[in-house]
Amino acid sequence: MSEAAAPMTAPMIALENVSKWYGQFAVLKDINLTVRPGEKIVVCGPSGSGKSTMVRCINRLESHDDGRIVVNGTELTRDVRNIDTVRREVGMVFQQFNLFPHLTILGNCTLAPIWVRKMPKKQAEEIAMEYLTQMRIADQAHKHPMQLSGGQQQRAAIARALCMHPKVMLFDEPTSALDPEMIGEVLEVMVDLAKEGMTMICVTHEMGFAREVADRVVFMDAGEIIEEADPHTFFTAPQHDRCRLFLSQILGH
Amino acid sequence: MTAFRAPPKHHEGPVEWVRVHLFDGVFNSILTLLVVALVAWAVPPLLGWAFFHAQWHGSTREACAAATGACWPYIGARIGQIVYGFYDFDQRWRADIVFAFGAVGLAWLMIPRLPRKGWVGTILLTLYPLVSFILLSGGWFGLPIVSTERWGGLLLTLVVAAVGIVASLPLGVILALGRRSQLPVVRALCIVFIEVWRGVPMITVLFIASSMLPLFLPEGLEFDKLLRALIAIALFNAAYMAEVVRAGLQALPRGQFEGAAALGLGYWRTTLFIVLPQALRTVLPGIVNNMISMFKDTSLVSIIGFFDLLGIIQAGSTDLEWASPNVAVTGYLFAGALYWAFCFSMSRYSAGLEAQLAEGERR
Repeated sequence: MSEAAAPMTAPMIALENVSKWYGQFAVLKDINLTVRPGEKIVVCGPSGSGKSTMVRCINRLESHDDGRIVVNGTELTRDVRNIDTVRREVGMVFQQFNLFPHLTILGNCTLAPIWVRKMPKKQAEEIAMEYLTQMRIADQAHKHPMQLSGGQQQRAAIARALCMHPKVMLFDEPTSALDPEMIGEVLEVMVDLAKEGMTMICVTHEMGFAREVADRVVFMDAGEIIEEADPHTFFTAPQHDRCRLFLSQILGH
Repeated sequence: MTAFRAPPKHHEGPVEWVRVHLFDGVFNSILTLLVVALVAWAVPPLLGWAFFHAQWHGSTREACAAATGACWPYIGARIGQIVYGFYDFDQRWRADIVFAFGAVGLAWLMIPRLPRKGWVGTILLTLYPLVSFILLSGGWFGLPIVSTERWGGLLLTLVVAAVGIVASLPLGVILALGRRSQLPVVRALCIVFIEVWRGVPMITVLFIASSMLPLFLPEGLEFDKLLRALIAIALFNAAYMAEVVRAGLQALPRGQFEGAAALGLGYWRTTLFIVLPQALRTVLPGIVNNMISMFKDTSLVSIIGFFDLLGIIQAGSTDLEWASPNVAVTGYLFAGALYWAFCFSMSRYSAGLEAQLAEGERR
C-alpha cells in the first residue's frame, strides 16, 4: 500500500526533513512523515530512538532545529500564535497522564474548553460528561485524579484531550506506565476512537493495537525512520535487520 | 466475603499506654524521668509568680511594691495604651470599628460552614483596607486627623503585620515567577531585587526608610514615616516570600506544564489555574512560617520611634509612675502571651487549611 495509492487530500500533519539536536547529539535526522486526515499511525522503535521526541515536536512541546512541520495548514515556528493554534487542534495523551491533581476529573476536562475555547461552563460540562461516558468513567467525574486507578486516570486524560475537539490525537506511550491488567481497558477505548475516524499518531509497543487499527506502522531507530509500512507487511516481511531484531525482541517471548 | 479470623488482640488501657509511650526501655525511661523533673522544677515557680503570688488589685505603683509576683494592675491601668498607643482617647472608637470588622471578617473565613468566602475575602482585601485607612487616619467625612505618630500598641502591630502579610504574598509570587521567567531582563531584575533585600538586615532597612529616604526625596515631597516603614517591610518580606514560593514552583513536575501546554493554555492561564494552586499548597507551611516570623518582626518598628505593642509596654514599664522589676517582667510576659496567641492562631489555621486542602486527593 504505497502512498501514491492514497487519495490526494491535504495532509493533516507533514514533517519535512525535520532534524533536532541535543547539543552535538542528533535525536531526529531528516524525518519525513505525512499523515492524512483519518489516518492512524503507530510509531515504534527501541528506547532512545527519537519516537517520543518526534511526536512531541508535532505540538511543539519540543522545538525542531531544522526542516518544516505543518499541522492542519499551520507551520510550527517560534511564533507563539501559531503554536497556540496548533495546540488547540492537537490533543495529547502522556505516559504519566499529567492530569491536574488539584482539580476533579470534570474540572480537568472543562478547564481548557472554558478558558481556551471560551465555552460556557454548562456546555463544557455536558461535553465532558459525554466523553467521560464514552471512556466509561462517567461515575468518576467528581473525584480527584489520585483517587482513580491508573487505567481510569489514563482514560480521563484521553477524555480531557477529546473535550477540546481536536483534529489529531497524539499518544506518547499511553499504556507504558500502567499495571498489566489495566492496559486492555485503555487500548479498548483507543480502538473505539480509531474506529470513529480520529486521526491518530500513537507511540506504543502494543503490537496487537498496531495490527488492529494502524494504517501504517513507522519504525524508528537512532533518530531516523527506518521503515514505514502497512501492519501486515511490517509484521510479516520487515525489510531491515534492525526492524527484524526489534520485532523478534518484543514479539519473541 | 468469607469470614477471616479476628485480628490479634492489642493490649490497651492506661497502664499499657504508659509502658509503651513513656517507659519503653532504659533510655526512654530515663528521658521520661528527666522531663518530669524539669517540668516539676520550672512550672510551679512560674505559675506561682504569674498567678498565686501575683498582685491583682490596686491602681498605683505602691500596690505592687511589696508583691513577690506579677503586677497585673499595671496591665489594667495601661491597657488603653497597650491596645491603641497614643491614639486620641475620644477617637478610639474608630480603631474599635476597624478591629471589629477585621475580627468578623477573619472569623467568617475561618469557620468552614459559612458561605460566600470569596466575597468576604475580596471585601477584606479591597474595601476593608480603604475604610480602615480613612477611619484610622481621618481627615475625611469630618473625622479629625490622627497622625500616624500617635498610632501605637496592638493597633500599630496589627496594622504593620496585616499590611506586611497581605502585600508580601502577591509581591513574592510575582518575584518568584519573575525569577523563573524566560526573559533574561525580568529574571535578572527579580534576582537582584530578592538578593539585595535578603542581604540587608531588617533594622537597616527600617533606618533607611525612616531617616535616609527623606534626604533623597526632593524638597517638599514628603510622605508619612509609617507609610515608608510599611513599604519597606512589605518589600523586605516579599523577597523572603519569593524564595518560599519558588520552592513550590520548582517542586511541580514538568508533566503539569506539558499537560497544560498540550491543551493550549497559555502562560498566564497555566500559571493561574495549574501552577499556583499546586505550588502555593505545597509551600503553605513555609508561607505561614514567614507570616508568623513577619508578625513578630513588627516589633522592630520600635527602633525607628514607633510605639508598637512591645514598644509601648517597654516604655510604660520604665515610666516612674510604675517602674519596678516585677512590672517590667509582667509587661513582657503579657506582650509575649499576646504575640503567642496571634501566632499560634495563624499556625492552627494553616494546619486546618492544609488538612482541608489535602482532602479528596490523598494518594
